[in-house]
Amino acid sequence: MRIALTATCVADSMFPQAPRATVRLLERLGHEVFFPASQACCGQMHINTGYMDEAVPVVRNHVESFSPVLDGEWDAVVVPSGSCTGSIRHQQGMVCRRAGEDALGARADAVAAKTYELSELLVDVLGLSDVGAHFAHRVTFHPTCHSLRMLGVGDRPERLLRAVAGLELVDLPGADGCCGFGGTFALKNAPTSAAMLDDKVAAVRSTAAEVLVAGDYSCLMHIGGGLSRQHAGIGTMHLAEVLASTVDDPTPLPHAPAPRTRTAGAEVSR
Amino acid sequence: MSTYLGLPTLRRKGDAGGRATPSGTRPDEPFGPVPHPDDPLRWGETFPQAARAALGNDQMRANLGHATSTIRAKRASVVGEVPDWEALRDAGAAIKTHVMAGLPDLLEELERNVTARGGVVHWARDAAEANRIVAELVRAAGVDEVVKVKSMATQEIGLNEALAEAGIAATETDLAELIVQLADDMPSHILVPAIHRNREEIRRIFLERMADAPADLTDAPRELAMAARAHLRRKFLTAKVAISGANFAVADTGTLSVVESEGNGRMCLTLPETLITVMGIEKLVPTFTDLEVFLQTLPRSSTGERMNPYTSLWTGVTPGDGPQKFHLVLLDNGRTRALADDVGRAALHCIRCSACLNVCPVYERVGGHAYGSVYPGPIGAVLTPQLTGSSGHGDPNSSLPFASTLCGACYDVCPVKIDIPSLLVHLRARVADEDRGRRVPTGWGAAMKAASAVMSDGGRFALAEKGTVVARILAGRKGYVRHLPFPASAWTASRDLPAPAKQTFRDWWAKEHEQPGERSDR
Repeated sequence: MRIALTATCVADSMFPQAPRATVRLLERLGHEVFFPASQACCGQMHINTGYMDEAVPVVRNHVESFSPVLDGEWDAVVVPSGSCTGSIRHQQGMVCRRAGEDALGARADAVAAKTYELSELLVDVLGLSDVGAHFAHRVTFHPTCHSLRMLGVGDRPERLLRAVAGLELVDLPGADGCCGFGGTFALKNAPTSAAMLDDKVAAVRSTAAEVLVAGDYSCLMHIGGGLSRQHAGIGTMHLAEVLASTVDDPTPLPHAPAPRTRTAGAEVSR
Repeated sequence: MSTYLGLPTLRRKGDAGGRATPSGTRPDEPFGPVPHPDDPLRWGETFPQAARAALGNDQMRANLGHATSTIRAKRASVVGEVPDWEALRDAGAAIKTHVMAGLPDLLEELERNVTARGGVVHWARDAAEANRIVAELVRAAGVDEVVKVKSMATQEIGLNEALAEAGIAATETDLAELIVQLADDMPSHILVPAIHRNREEIRRIFLERMADAPADLTDAPRELAMAARAHLRRKFLTAKVAISGANFAVADTGTLSVVESEGNGRMCLTLPETLITVMGIEKLVPTFTDLEVFLQTLPRSSTGERMNPYTSLWTGVTPGDGPQKFHLVLLDNGRTRALADDVGRAALHCIRCSACLNVCPVYERVGGHAYGSVYPGPIGAVLTPQLTGSSGHGDPNSSLPFASTLCGACYDVCPVKIDIPSLLVHLRARVADEDRGRRVPTGWGAAMKAASAVMSDGGRFALAEKGTVVARILAGRKGYVRHLPFPASAWTASRDLPAPAKQTFRDWWAKEHEQPGERSDR
């Protein structure tokens, strides 16, 4: 297939390992990946903060960047993010129509209909549950709210993970609970967000996993920030990074601040 | 309905805001006298301020977490056994959409049928009008004491306080509502209004405020319930007037309905001579058959019961049986304002089950008082600001649509499928639009405008990515940032921030995938 990649603004600048792994994975599976360089952002941050008018040009840029999928230049668009896929599918059209841009809204909906979150693309479009990956580590998985409830990806990511050779998947207690990120919620309601994060970090630590995996680097940035602050020694990885890993081309574990070394039973002060 | 006796919180004397306060303040003053707020739909500080205070109460958080996870599990198990649950949700949503589309005609149909069966219908534009109508009806009955069935509509209009000003004493007969009333408190949950109280506090409230409480009362739930039962029995047997809300009103028969767990409602609805029902105009269903949908979804969603113990239905007056005078007060109080918003009106579909509160991770951490309204939680965050409208920039209710991570748990459990996350986003846009009219833009407004320019163009975005070099320097060799100045300190207070990548994805792509001469833009 010819697949266009939405890198997402957050991953493009902060976590390029996720879109890079998506490229690596899809190319290994025999597909051709395209990156329209005019893309920037899907508009989710503006929309969910209430700035609909300001979101319109952002949405327009996204829709124009990916419109060639409607002309058959590509077969599908893949997004390595549940929340960005959710925004593309459930919000972009509404934002355009709200601004009286009905034609753009219709075009947004049409592009969205050919846009898939990574696990949806792999399982539903490409018909895979085993992508031939190898990743010999103890992993726990956070399903992320928008993947779970806005997109309804169900257990697709877990099915993909269970098929990875060598991977030990440990259940995350309270997995379906929100980590407290919520975009600008983390800033506007920082103490409440931190209270939710504390509980999520404690759940992740209780699994004794080496790495926390999710399908969305926004949530991973939040939970990872909490794990790092607590020196939990548990890193974060995108689902794509795990699925891209093979025996010949393994994805290394991410750097994760670990507990400080103990000397004579006392923790060395930070 | 059911009352959970296990949750403490401490209130500070003179805390007129009625918000939850940090633990450790005035332990000698576990309750009141706390003046009832002037407006039950808008009291105290903004949500972030009130939430910050509530989060300091570790005990409340632990107990709320326990209570909500218990009821979540109960609900999930009884919902899971209904094979056509999703179809019932769809039916509930369709009925309510139909009601909102034809509300004026349906209300007049209800009025005709209630009147034909001997009831009297009153129309109240707002809280003041509703309170005045009820006070006049009570006075006309020649009494200065009434019993009450738990009702959100009467909480919303501050009826008890208005009646007190008119010299009429109202007694709440739902156990949890009685606790809240005796403590001169505000409810913190739609279904379990005293969810923030623990049994020891309830014991002290009863001993201090309930004249006939036994002196040797312990904090055993059964003893507390028996004390309230004895106290209320005397009220039931002497009351001449009862005041209720309504869960449903059937337009084509003029039938009203209250569902409950304790039986206090049945006593109020059958024993007194006069019954006054105050009902929000959105509580209608078109036909009697429609009740079958909600009588299945409401108890399972609210108390996690297959069926509620008491379902009372009454139609006008029946000679020789039950109240001989029936008055129905139809309350607007901002509902037509919500109805005028083609997106926001879905909040009026709510049947007050409170399932969205019980699954909300934000409510679970901060409790109900942080929302500053008798309607807390996710549904409160979309209903309250619509009922009150905005009083302009700085209105505490304008902070409510932002009191959510948009995690969607509320939408998943709503028995009438209210898309609360979408409503929250819609109402956030109303706040942003209102702020946009200001001469001096807000910080958020300016930032979003600037970000819009950058994020709507791949070239400008790539250029902005070059600017992140500063953040990389801040992060240093560790690869993450631990302290940032305000406002980014809101993030770094509890989380590290990873350094932006040395090489952005688009730079990597350009290097790896594009041969000279190949077009770079698709």
